[in-house]
Amino acid sequence: MSLDKDTVKNIAYLARMRVADDKLEPLAGELSSILNWIEQLQELDTDGVEPMASVSDVVLPQRKDAVTDGNCQAAVLKNAPDSEDGFFAVPKVVE
Amino acid sequence: MSKLNELNIASARDGLARGEFSAAELTEVYIQAIQAGRDMNAYITETPDVALERARESDARRAKGDAMGAMDGIPIAMKDLFCTEGVLTTAGSHILDGFVPPYESTVSANLRSAGAVMLGKSNLDEFAMGSANITSYYGPVKNPWKATSGPNQGKDLVPGGSSGGSAAAVAGGLAMAATGTDTGGSIRQPASFCGIVGLKPTYGRCSRWGVVAFASSLDQAGPMTKTVQDAAIMLGAMAGHDPKDSTSAPLPVPDFEALMTGDVKGLTIGIPKEYKMDGMDPEIQALWDQGIAWLKDAGCIIKEVSLPHTKYALATYYIVAPAEASANLARYDGVRYGLRVPGDSLDDMYMNTRGAGFGEEVQRRILIGTYALSSGYYDAYYIKAQKVRTLISNDFKTAFESVDAILTPTAPSAAFALGEKQEDPVAMYLNDVFTVPTSLAGLPGMSVPAGFSSTGLPLGLQVIGRSFDEGTVLNVGAALEKAAGLNLKAVTGASS
Amino acid sequence: MSYILKGETGDWEVVIGLEVHCQVISNAKLFSGAATDFGAEPNTQVSLVDAAMPGMLPVINEQCVRQAIKTGLGLKAKINTKSVFARKNYFYADLPQGYQISQADQPIVGPGTIILDLADGTSREVGIERLHLEQDAGKSLHDQDPTRTFIDLNRTGVALMEIVSDPDMRSPEEAGAYLRKLRSIVRYLETCDGNMDQGSMRCDVNVSVRPVGSTELRTRAETKNVNSVRFAMQAIEYEAARQVAIYDGGGEVVQETRLFDSQKGVTRSMRSKEHAHDYRYFPDPDLLPLVFSDDLVAEIKATLPELPDERKDRYINVFGLSPYDAGVLVAEKDTAMYFEAVAEGRDAKMAANWVINNLFAVLSDRGVGISDSPISAVDLGKLLGLIVDETISTKIAKDVFEAMLETGDSPEKIVEDKGLKQITDTGAIEAAVDAAIAAGTAQVAQYKGGNEKILGWFVGQVMKSTQGKANPGQVNKLLKDKLDN
Repeated sequence: MSLDKDTVKNIAYLARMRVADDKLEPLAGELSSILNWIEQLQELDTDGVEPMASVSDVVLPQRKDAVTDGNCQAAVLKNAPDSEDGFFAVPKVVE
Repeated sequence: MSKLNELNIASARDGLARGEFSAAELTEVYIQAIQAGRDMNAYITETPDVALERARESDARRAKGDAMGAMDGIPIAMKDLFCTEGVLTTAGSHILDGFVPPYESTVSANLRSAGAVMLGKSNLDEFAMGSANITSYYGPVKNPWKATSGPNQGKDLVPGGSSGGSAAAVAGGLAMAATGTDTGGSIRQPASFCGIVGLKPTYGRCSRWGVVAFASSLDQAGPMTKTVQDAAIMLGAMAGHDPKDSTSAPLPVPDFEALMTGDVKGLTIGIPKEYKMDGMDPEIQALWDQGIAWLKDAGCIIKEVSLPHTKYALATYYIVAPAEASANLARYDGVRYGLRVPGDSLDDMYMNTRGAGFGEEVQRRILIGTYALSSGYYDAYYIKAQKVRTLISNDFKTAFESVDAILTPTAPSAAFALGEKQEDPVAMYLNDVFTVPTSLAGLPGMSVPAGFSSTGLPLGLQVIGRSFDEGTVLNVGAALEKAAGLNLKAVTGASS
Repeated sequence: MSYILKGETGDWEVVIGLEVHCQVISNAKLFSGAATDFGAEPNTQVSLVDAAMPGMLPVINEQCVRQAIKTGLGLKAKINTKSVFARKNYFYADLPQGYQISQADQPIVGPGTIILDLADGTSREVGIERLHLEQDAGKSLHDQDPTRTFIDLNRTGVALMEIVSDPDMRSPEEAGAYLRKLRSIVRYLETCDGNMDQGSMRCDVNVSVRPVGSTELRTRAETKNVNSVRFAMQAIEYEAARQVAIYDGGGEVVQETRLFDSQKGVTRSMRSKEHAHDYRYFPDPDLLPLVFSDDLVAEIKATLPELPDERKDRYINVFGLSPYDAGVLVAEKDTAMYFEAVAEGRDAKMAANWVINNLFAVLSDRGVGISDSPISAVDLGKLLGLIVDETISTKIAKDVFEAMLETGDSPEKIVEDKGLKQITDTGAIEAAVDAAIAAGTAQVAQYKGGNEKILGWFVGQVMKSTQGKANPGQVNKLLKDKLDN
């Protein structure tokens, strides 16, 4: 499995990470070598094997429908790089 | 006073109880040691004021006869992955610049309510991604140990990772104990590199609430201590069911210290043949053989077991963990906390912030994870890895039908020099070859210092147990520790 | 009811599937303990979990699970006792986690059906593909500041049920009927308030077209977040015509996300979404599979209220109403409850007539719902009672009805105050009849000459002299007796 520059650029966009153009090529090489190494999994026959998402064998716990949280606007906004009038603020989004 | 930072939890507990010294005195010694040992870069944030305040509270409790147990007044380092209320929490990343959580993680809160004194936030690989503590935005940590011979003699060595700051702090006398987190070996491997005890509990034993997430199905907090007994004491204070973590096990916390009977007679210890890898360092093999002999002498039955899918564990891990991480780290977007690098549009701001805020290794893993989950590759990578994970877990289930614990080396080598293995990510990943399978299966594993390399560096052995059977792990670990009979002063004194 | 578009290249039919997001009625959010109330100060109904602070973890609200099961049962759907939450990954300012916790290939509810009641009185079945639980996103405000968008996370994490239909609908009318029926069902179930104007029910409309007679499914366009039944129907009309025009012109429809412009009644492409989406769904490792017992499903099933379809059947079979009238009355639960209160112990058909023909006209004139009806069900029932026991005639009853609207008084009081009680005293009626006959010699001659219709003139005279209060049956009988002899 070998990734080209464009693929890396596309994945980086999906992950919303700016990668400098001159870094794309070396990164493509590194990622390809990691993926090549991971290719070894393909030698295993896993037909009929259940995928394992969690090691826990308990069922999902559920909580009661009670309002126990919230009303902490100050704490929610405290670390925000930009906020105003109780809102978070981000660069203007044009839809 | 200088001897106070050679104590461990158990001996400090006794000294505090007898009134030989106060928690404040004990803490003061560590605060001074931390200041003197800054060159190690073990801490990102030092919290001497918080520490002294809590130490005095502890002393006040004790004076009233309200001392709370073994952890009361014990100065510890908190891996900077645990969110701590009112104290900068960085996860070793630029992207969390200035983040001061308005909340306290369950594990650190548990330790606090047990009376533990937080000395500061210890350094780590960025978002716990690394095996050498060289990916931290706050710089690498130095292992307090130095090679006494060989090519690395005198060089600065890595402490292992990702809990490298915690391991170095404990080994170097800058904390009596520390918290760590382990996703693929991040407690055990640095413990081995630094000559301390590191216990990764069963997945679900310690709450993940308030711990900056790396890979949610693998992350688990645990103690990093000078002795096995200390690990038992500290785990007891950290663990417990937490309704705020849906994957937290609804089980009572046993008295781990009491489960360490010292008697391992009749226990069957599995030796997985697949861990004897081609090209294995003979010193590591020798240490392992020595460990087997010690346990045999202690009355254990030694049995070869097979974990046939071991060789696929690392590749599996390097799909599962990055995939989960790629989503877990999506929240670092410059909107609600941490770094924001301005941009012309929302997308531009995201790209700038995440491009500048994450280091190379984190970016690499986010990209691998994003790719593995992307349309057209999901089945070939993610689902495949999850299926192999099932096979790896089943290997352990089968093995544990006939053995009580498994003994392996912790790491394939002793600590290496800063700057080594940095070019090739895969070479770095191989550090976790012995620890990752346990993580994938969610089982408890502990690294115990068991000997030294020919160059004078500590080496650890790993004890793996059944799900939620940390008791047996600790018991077997204590037997190894006793047999090894390492001079603890030699370990902690190495830095000076 | 077929909806055929005449294109230059032939006849086209439209294929419609709807994805409806229903906000679950619960006190707290799906995965956090913050409140769900509408209209609070910004970022006050937000927990640190909703704000996706580092290390925060989701814990599911059992009530949301029960509501989803209940809704699934109301849609006669398969309930999956094991389902899985997955992360749907994308970046947006009002999506703090960078992913939405949703359900992908293992939803809580599987296939079901919904029966559409169409305007011509016929019914049609539409398949439900699935219902799954997911988190709502927050709100972006673009018009508060010239250079910035403001973000309010109050809605972030509120539980939604996404209900996906099969592509079974073939006209805007059917889509409208689907939305109305679905809204009716969730309101009966009390699992969602169904208020599209407040956004607690939102609709994504998937439209494609194909030549009549074809069975292929062509490329569809998805119009997002349509917030009324009427807009959904307009969007479909517009989309269908747009797509036919594209095919007629030799072009191809592209799969894309569109927005409905309610002012212009058109859909337009969302430029901001032109980058291909790759949501990278995978099971959320913070949550284990959601598993519950068949017993829980049975327990919830036992609490299900009578739903509109069953109620309609009962109105038809027990009350003898027409399918149309029954459908109209059951569409809204409040209407059905009102109707049943009026009909209680009375002639149900008569009650249905009064509600549909008289009351509905008033409500629609005044633009109010049945819950704000100026006449209570109790009073309307009493009015009907007065007709049945012959205290007043049907004609007088209509006057009383008007007076009730004006004064809000009870019908008894109005009848009493205005002296509208029907005259049944034979002597009094006979006097009025005699007077009418005496006054109408010419009309008597016409009657005798065979013009029976002239009888109406005499009735009119009698009613005039009794202010309409004479019992019409008695008047008729007496007139005939006298004129025929």
